[in-house]
Order: sequence, then structure tokens, then C-alpha cells
Amino acid sequence: MSATVPEAVGTTGHLSEVDIKEIGRELDRLRDEITASLDDADARYIRRVIAVQRGLEVGGRALLAVSILPPAWLAGTTALAISKILENMEIGHNVLHGQWDWMRDPEIHSTTWEWDSASPAEAWKHSHNFVHHTYTNVLGKDRDIGYAALRVSPEQPWHPVYLAQPVYNALLAAFFEWGIAIYDVELERAWRGEKSWAEALTQLRGVARKAARQVVKDYVAFPLLAGPSFLPALLGNVTANTARNVWAHTVIFCGHFPDGAEVFGEDRLDGESRGEWYVRQLLGSANITGGPLLHLMTGNLSHQIEHHLFPDLPSNRYAQIAPKVRDLCARYGLRYNTGSLLRQTATVWKNVFRLALPGPKRGPASDRPS
Amino acid sequence: MAVASNPSSGAVVEGAGREGRLAVRRRLLEAIGWLTTPLLPDDYLGLVNPLWSARQLRGRVEAVLAETVDTATLVIRPGRGWAGHRAGQYVRVGVDLDGVRHWRSYSLSSPPERADGRITITVKADPTGLVSRYLVHQIAPGTVVHLGPAQGEFTLPEPPLGRLLFLTAGSGITPVAAMLRGLVAHGWMPDVVLVHSAPTPAEVIFGAELRALAARCAGLRLYERHTRTAGRLTVPQLRRVCPDWRRRHTWACGPAGMLDEVERHWRRAGIGDRLHVERFRSIVTAGGDGGRVRFVASGRQVDADGVTPLLVVGENAGVLMPSGCRMGICYSCVARLRAGRVRDLRTGREYGDEGELVQTCVSAAAGLVEIDL
Repeated sequence: MSATVPEAVGTTGHLSEVDIKEIGRELDRLRDEITASLDDADARYIRRVIAVQRGLEVGGRALLAVSILPPAWLAGTTALAISKILENMEIGHNVLHGQWDWMRDPEIHSTTWEWDSASPAEAWKHSHNFVHHTYTNVLGKDRDIGYAALRVSPEQPWHPVYLAQPVYNALLAAFFEWGIAIYDVELERAWRGEKSWAEALTQLRGVARKAARQVVKDYVAFPLLAGPSFLPALLGNVTANTARNVWAHTVIFCGHFPDGAEVFGEDRLDGESRGEWYVRQLLGSANITGGPLLHLMTGNLSHQIEHHLFPDLPSNRYAQIAPKVRDLCARYGLRYNTGSLLRQTATVWKNVFRLALPGPKRGPASDRPS
Repeated sequence: MAVASNPSSGAVVEGAGREGRLAVRRRLLEAIGWLTTPLLPDDYLGLVNPLWSARQLRGRVEAVLAETVDTATLVIRPGRGWAGHRAGQYVRVGVDLDGVRHWRSYSLSSPPERADGRITITVKADPTGLVSRYLVHQIAPGTVVHLGPAQGEFTLPEPPLGRLLFLTAGSGITPVAAMLRGLVAHGWMPDVVLVHSAPTPAEVIFGAELRALAARCAGLRLYERHTRTAGRLTVPQLRRVCPDWRRRHTWACGPAGMLDEVERHWRRAGIGDRLHVERFRSIVTAGGDGGRVRFVASGRQVDADGVTPLLVVGENAGVLMPSGCRMGICYSCVARLRAGRVRDLRTGREYGDEGELVQTCVSAAAGLVEIDL
């Protein structure tokens, strides 16, 4: 059932059908405006980010080759970590969404891109682009609610297995890349008979193939090439991957699990209009405030709301869209959930701890700070 | 290139050595691929120098030479991976305009024998053409363009057959110019009649070069037709200009109307097999609402209206259509367009180039459409 409480700010009870239709029209117009204005500058942006990222990767790996010297280790590991974060977040995630397909460049295209992650792009596009972005925050449909492992919403029925979820969550943060790769195979759906084991095993083999190359690259080939720097180079790769994992986990959990992000019942999907779909995306997502560097390093998921409204618009435009969405929210009395990285992360962890225990009875919409 | 066109024994030995080197290189790149995974070494090389990427063939425009008021020749240095061409072939050229890649095909006007390894295309600016106007009037030397491999069967056989007739109009001279230049490079001009039409003498592409060539080579006879004053060349007139046309192998390139007429005439004379034709523009559909949709790989076709998404059209026709959100978000449904154009149902905008990936769940047919599914 819907978690919305009519009198609380951020719900839709006060909106008429006409309002919702108008919201849909307004956001469609905004989308058209941005689409029509895409040009050379946008193309240069993504190509520059890619060039910087590959430069950082080459530089970082070169430094790690002589990482027996501590300053080289520190600089190399930092460069590699930043490179991996950019590659996964501002480049990979967004390219795989088709944000750059409009350029018709086969080298930067959702159908040809493969990213520096254990999860094969194909599996990711299904579980993320389709399942999560279509059914955002619908209980029983959106597998991203707790990633089939955590209880992040009071509407999820409690089970003793959740008692240790602060520990799972910390482990998930450290090994996020692997968590995602396994998650994309949807083993729990095979377990429940919603998909065949044969299909799951085929996908698992795909993950193994991709992951093997990733592991060999980071933990065997480059450390071996470093010769006498083998151990520090290996440690540098482990550190960079872990840093990327923790950062990605932090940013992504801030997208839908802080206080105030709403979840919905499956009935919500019955005959859902375009306007209602937009409103669900809006209320189910949360932003992080910050400057251009933060936006870049989060892959612009700091604009999670804008990303969920327009998942295929280029990420460099979200900052420009944000004030307009915020203004729309103010006019229609909708909650625009945003806060500092510290605040959003703190509420995520608070919920992970609180929801390890049974209850609470009331939805999160009512216990959020006003 | 020389290896392909002149398989002498020396060239064969050289070819074997080259193949060996290529095999070593392939293995080396495979090994380096373990370091660059999930990307390829080319993805890094291409960032240092765009011409080093063999995966994405590119070329650098080194000079833009004006030929007539609306025609220019682009001298292009092709990157690694350019496998050469035969005179008369065309190449797909991709340019980024406003961030969007546009591909067009142009005949190569240079012969493969060109000593500096450069290739040239000669482009006539179409007043309504986005790409051709850019290439003729705006592109700056130094710009990197994307290239496809050389394609097309509009080429001279080897060795060339006896007597030849080239029948060209406007920019249709470009593939023939490559052939003539190739013959000149080999130092042997067979018996050739070139009948070329252009509105005025000043608008004859390569006019000065062709005239000089005709004056120099005994085998080459040039008939220039200036259509603004003399009108279009009719078939009876052509028979007077070149009385032995039936006995010649003919290569014709020009506007569709001219080519249709020539084809009809040659067929009626029972010598259709002696005629080789190059058409510059494939059939352009009117782009009305709806149209016939062909699913090429599945071998099915159906008539669709202008409001039903191609995804639904395909599914109803029993084609295995990939799909996802069905609302234009997830890109699970994209398919390659073989021909025709589609309409984005969200914006009403008509789009689609050959080879472009379209979202079938939010696109409807705008005229005849061929999908690679």
C-alpha cells in the first residue's frame, strides 16, 4: 500500500488531476527544451571527461609501477581511485543510460559501452535502466529498494535476518562492485521461480568472464608489471577499487534511502499517467547539495531527482534543470528532497540501524524532520 | 594498395611478410587488451592521435581546394586501418555537427596510385544539404573526420576492356575523375570518350584538368555539354556525339533522371550488361505518416500507421523485438535503422539516418522503414 500520508508535505493528496497533468506537461516541455539545445559544447564535455579519466588512469598506473616510493603510491592510488569513480559514475552509468546516444558516436553509446566494473553492461542495463528506473520505489517491483538484502523502508516486512543489516551494509559498501554484479543476476528471482535457473547461470557465467578480466588486470597484470613494486601496486589497486566502492555506495544510497524519500504500493502503477510517473520519480528520489566538483564526482547523481525525471538527458545538464524542477515543486507544494552529503548519509545509516529492528508502524513520511 | 592491384611476385612476398607482422601485432594488441579491459588499446591510442585508432577509422582534412563556386575537393590523410580503394569507389564520411554525427557517402576523386597516400573527395554543396554545405564552405584544414571503408562496384575491370564511354553530369564526374587519373598514373590511356554535362563552362568540376588531359592524350576525347545554353543532352544527340556507343563499355554517373533514361535506352538496345551505373542518392521516402515497415533479419513486413510504435508493430508481426520500459527511458529496445526515417512519438520530430539506432518503443514509421531485426 502507498506510504503517503495525505497531510504531510511531499505527498500528492493535495494535487488535482489537472495539476498532475500540468506537471507532466511542464516537465515534458523542459525535456524538449534541453533536448533541442544539445550541441557541440555537450559533446566536448563528455569527450573531455573521458580524456581526463583515461589520462588519470594511465598516470595513476604509471605511478603505481614505481609505488615502492611512498609519494608515488599515494599519488598513483589517488589518481586511480578518481579515475575509477569518474569511469563508473559520470561516464559509465550515464553512457549506459543512453544520455549520449544522441551524438550517434558508436564509441560513446549505450549499446556498445562496457564499463570498468565487475557487472557486465547488459545485465546492468536490465536491472538498473529498466527495472529500477521504470518501477522506482514501488515495493515489490523496484528491486533497488534495499537491493534485495536490506530493509530500508518500514513498509518492507521485518525479518530477523535484518538484525545484522548494519554489518551487511558496511560489507556491501566495501565490496559494492561485487554486490552489484551478483545483484544484477537476480538470484532471488530464480529462487522464487520467477526466472529460470538456466538464465541466471548463463548470466552468472557472463559475470565470471567479465570479472576474471577485471581481476587479472587490477590484481595480477599491473602489479606484475610493477616488478619490485608488486605489493604496493597490488595494494594501490585494492585501495582504489575499495575507495570507489565505498564512494559509489554512499552516493547511490543517498539517492533513494534518506529520510523523506517515499515508497509506493504496486496499485500505484495501475494506469499511471505520465504526470503521475513524474511525480513518483520526484518524490522517490533525493539530491545532495554541493559544488561542481561534487556533482562531477557523484556522476551528477547528486541531482538524483533530475536524473530520475530525465534519465536519458546528459548529466552535465542536470545542474541547469535543477532550479526549474525545484521551482515547480515549490509551486505545487511537492517536497524537493535535498541536503548535504553528511546529512543525507547520516539519515541513510540511521534508517539502516533503525529498520534492523521491527517497526516503526508509521511510514517514514511522518517521522521526517519538518 | 599496390599489392592488391598489381599482384606481381615481389608484391606477394611482401604481402606474406606483412601478414606475419599483422599477426604478431594482433597478438600483441590482444595481450595489451588484458591491461586496457574493458576497453581496447585503440581507445587510448585514439586519444593521443585520432588517426592511430584502427577500430574507428578516421582521417585528417589537410586541405580544402575550391573547384567551382559550390564544389570543393577535400584532401584527407586517412588514419591507420585505411585498407585502400579502387578508382570509382565511394567512401562514407562522418562529421560531427552540433555534436551529432552525420554520415554521407562521397565518391573518391583520387586514384589509389596517388603517391602521397592521401585520398580526396570532391563535394558539391547542395543548397539544402547540411553536410555538403559544411564540407564545402566551412570545414577547416586540420579537422578530423570519420571514414568508412571504400565501397562500391563502379570500377574499371583489370585489365581494362577495350573502348570506354564515360557518361557523366554535374558531380557525377568525381568517380570517373578517379578512373581517368588512375589511367594517367599508369601511363596508358585506352580509347575513351568522356561526355560530361554541366550548366556552364565555369561549373565543370575539374574543367581545366579534363581539357588539358584531352589535349594531351590521343586516346581521350572530351565532349562538354553546357546545358544552360545548349539544353540537356538527349539520347539521339548522344548517338551523334559517340556513334559507336553500342560497342563501348559505358560507365554513367549523374542525376537519377539521366541514369533512368540511359538505363532504359541501353536495355532496349540489348546491351544492358555493358552499362555500369552509379547512383549518388538512394531512394528518399516522402516521410509521410506511417508506411511499410520491413524487419530485415526476420524477413517480415507490415504496413504501419504513424502513431503505433515500431516495437508494437514488430511484436504484432511476430518479430522478436527487444524491449524494456516501453516509454523511451531504458534503451533496451533500440534497433538499427537500415533505411527510411521514423518519428519520435514524444516530440513529433522526424529523424533517422541509415545505421542509426532508434528507440522502437517511442518511434513510429515515417514512410518506408527497414529495421535490422
